[in-house]
Amino acid sequence: MPKMGLSHLETSLLMALLISVVLGITTKKTQSEQLRYGLKCLGYFAGTVFGLGWLMYLGHG
Amino acid sequence: MSEKGKEAIAVLSTAGKWGPVVALAWIVPGGGHFLMGKRLRAALLFACVMISFLTGLLMRGYMFEWQTGDLFTTIIYCGGYIANLASGIPFLLARWVGYNEPDVAGHMVDYGTKFLVCAGLMNILAMVDAFEIATGQKD
Repeated sequence: MPKMGLSHLETSLLMALLISVVLGITTKKTQSEQLRYGLKCLGYFAGTVFGLGWLMYLGHG
Repeated sequence: MSEKGKEAIAVLSTAGKWGPVVALAWIVPGGGHFLMGKRLRAALLFACVMISFLTGLLMRGYMFEWQTGDLFTTIIYCGGYIANLASGIPFLLARWVGYNEPDVAGHMVDYGTKFLVCAGLMNILAMVDAFEIATGQKD
């Protein structure tokens, strides 16, 4: 069986994308609301990943 | 009994209506939505759950066994097992073909384990959504 290797960033963003799509579909009613909420979630996830990444980088000095 | 309690019992008593939808939603990710004619939602849910599950497998993620002990072990292992089981047919197929990676240290394996659990949790969300649509609580 092949083995997959992704970086921390790629893995985090892939998971963020998948969860955002599911959250958008399951929590909102209309398609435009779903799209907007999915993008908002993805933005929050990505922002958190980059923010915490920089925080850890700066914290390590 | 309160009004909300009566409403909940009335909704649950229509199990003939939502039972097959929720059962199919568990077995095949997105299947409940497909049964109700919501093809696009079904396809997206199926794709998300399957991509998450397959990524978890390709990263050699660990599938939890039902294991009890101290409180922490019970929560992690039983919770993980329930989340894995919620993936439906992909989980059952993986078990059937003998996928059983050992729980070893390493960031890729760790991520894989999270992807496998996440697939099940996303399918639970899809099942709840299918239930709400089938009982008329959601459009």
